[in-house]
Amino acid sequence: MARIDVDEGLCKGCGICVHYCPPRVIELSERISPRGYHPAVLKDPKGCTGCAICGKLCPDLAIEVFR
Amino acid sequence: MAERMLMKGNEALGEAAIRAGCLFYYGYPITPQTELLEYMARELPRRGGTFLQTESEVATIYYVYGTAATGKRVMTASSSPGISLMAEGISYLAAAQLPAVIVDIARASPGLGRIPPAQSDYRQLTSGGGHGDCRMVVLAPASVQEMADLTFLAFDLADRYRNPVAILADGMLGQMMEPLEWKVRPAGKHSKDWAITGARGRPRNMVLNAPYTDAELMETNRILTEKYRQITEAEQRWEYVDMEGAEMAVVAYGTSARIAMESVEEARRQGIPVGLIRPITLWPFPVRAFRPLLGKLKGCLTVEMNSGQMVQDVELAVRCTVPAHSYGLGGGWIPNTTGVREEIERVWESIRSSGVPER
Amino acid sequence: MGEHKVFGRPRTLANLPFPYCPGCGHGVVHRMIAEAIEELGILERTIMVTSIGCSVRMWRQFSEVDICQPGHGRAPAAATGIKRALPDAVVFAYQGDGDMAAIGTAEVIHAAARGEKIAIFFANNAVFGATGGQMAPTTLVGQTTSTSPSGRAPQQAGYPIRMCELLATLEGPTYLARVSIAGIANLNRAKRATLKAMEIQKEGRGFAMVEYLVPCPSGWHMTPVESLQWIESTMSKAYPLGVFRDKGKEGREG
Repeated sequence: MARIDVDEGLCKGCGICVHYCPPRVIELSERISPRGYHPAVLKDPKGCTGCAICGKLCPDLAIEVFR
Repeated sequence: MAERMLMKGNEALGEAAIRAGCLFYYGYPITPQTELLEYMARELPRRGGTFLQTESEVATIYYVYGTAATGKRVMTASSSPGISLMAEGISYLAAAQLPAVIVDIARASPGLGRIPPAQSDYRQLTSGGGHGDCRMVVLAPASVQEMADLTFLAFDLADRYRNPVAILADGMLGQMMEPLEWKVRPAGKHSKDWAITGARGRPRNMVLNAPYTDAELMETNRILTEKYRQITEAEQRWEYVDMEGAEMAVVAYGTSARIAMESVEEARRQGIPVGLIRPITLWPFPVRAFRPLLGKLKGCLTVEMNSGQMVQDVELAVRCTVPAHSYGLGGGWIPNTTGVREEIERVWESIRSSGVPER
Repeated sequence: MGEHKVFGRPRTLANLPFPYCPGCGHGVVHRMIAEAIEELGILERTIMVTSIGCSVRMWRQFSEVDICQPGHGRAPAAATGIKRALPDAVVFAYQGDGDMAAIGTAEVIHAAARGEKIAIFFANNAVFGATGGQMAPTTLVGQTTSTSPSGRAPQQAGYPIRMCELLATLEGPTYLARVSIAGIANLNRAKRATLKAMEIQKEGRGFAMVEYLVPCPSGWHMTPVESLQWIESTMSKAYPLGVFRDKGKEGREG
């Protein structure tokens, strides 16, 4: 079981992780974070493979990946 | 037995730097200082130092900045147009509180100018040499001996105050050959715990120019203001020549001082009560040389190889209480003893006859 | 079976937000450099030279590294001054395209020509980002910027400068590579190039430069995803990816 942790104090809702996630399990939340962005969230935890492509492409190092 | 050598001014600067423990030199050719560049190219590799001819003066000052950041003594030299190219870097050195020695062998200006000597970089260097509230101590040698001695002083002041220090000479001093004596000097010890050397076993150091906040930059400005106040208090240097009982002071530095000294002597023999004040630091300007003479001096005459730059500092030094005349021209004009003596006579006559300050 | 972290912030980067725009390419390049420093175990030997541009405050991120901040374009000169004074230090500079290819063209060429033992990490986003998106020497023909509002026209503003190709005409450099951060395959190649350039410094072998094609969504007036796609579709055609110089350990090509 793999998962990601998105730090909403760092995420700027740029959408890169959403686009490049191979199983497409990330989306931008409807919520607005304290920083004023729509933060990325793991929408389908079971689908996460822990490939860490999201973390590596994240311009803000907002994502930690666990397996 | 003292160690004496016959040396060219430019080369004396280089030899003094190496003896002062400066093993890094970066520079670019420009007349009339290139002999110093070539001297360092020959000598530094032989004596365990590093010499690099760079691509421009614009770049040179930043090679200096990088080496200065590591805490090592470093020097560069140029002449008027090249010094202008270094202006930004001089401000950067001051902002980052880095020690370095910068030599200006001034030449006829403005613009590209020509290669005869001049003293027309006075205002540029004494204003700090760069933008912002930055200052440099400016030392003015008047002999090959002083080219050497003031180099040792320059490195000491640079390290002590963590600031760039300038030596302002001219093409004549750079080219002339005179005997000099090498004096033994105790090496000054100054902490370099601020230097960047790789953060082994200590928190990292930063050689910064743009702090993160306005407050930090203002704090840097407070530090610099206090530093420059201390320098102004402690480092004024000058020489009095024949000032005993003088009612008029000729004020001149460097090459002009050498020539004016003879004229002052001649004028004295004619009965004119005139002496010479020779600033050795141009910044801080030696106002202390003038203050005790207020009330006794009836006027001053600066002799400068420019259109009148130091005369403004003389006026401030005498608080505009007596006339401060200016004699000179830039662009390669060199005073001669007869011309200066005649000007002394003319100015003394005008002071005596009018009885009121005259411009 | 407990879970473990497979990806996170390198400890060499402070736990501070990046000050960059959403989608900016600097953050990813900073991360790869920090990882290279850690993987090679060279933190205490490393001295970083920053430049002027959006990355001017990257010294805040690299909070454990000695840093030097010289003037605009002069990073290779200051890096040389540091490396000549401290031959055992690992010295690297970080520059954007305005810093390197406009005001600093002479400094990088001469450092490369001398084969100065420094690494330069060059973030090329084809625009002057920090000052609001003006045309840069690396701006593409036809690209709209605030000082080429109708698109860069060659008859008025000439053609972009390809720094890797330019430096590859010199004998001095040891390693020159252009990479992109658009997509994971490119990113992995970019990481390998970063590691290689740093390793060359660890071993004191010579001048290494990695040019990264990175996005500037603000300057390009695109979304972050669009900007990465533009790198793939358009920018990497104007700036071909690849290795332009790779002197092996014996000093020969290959």
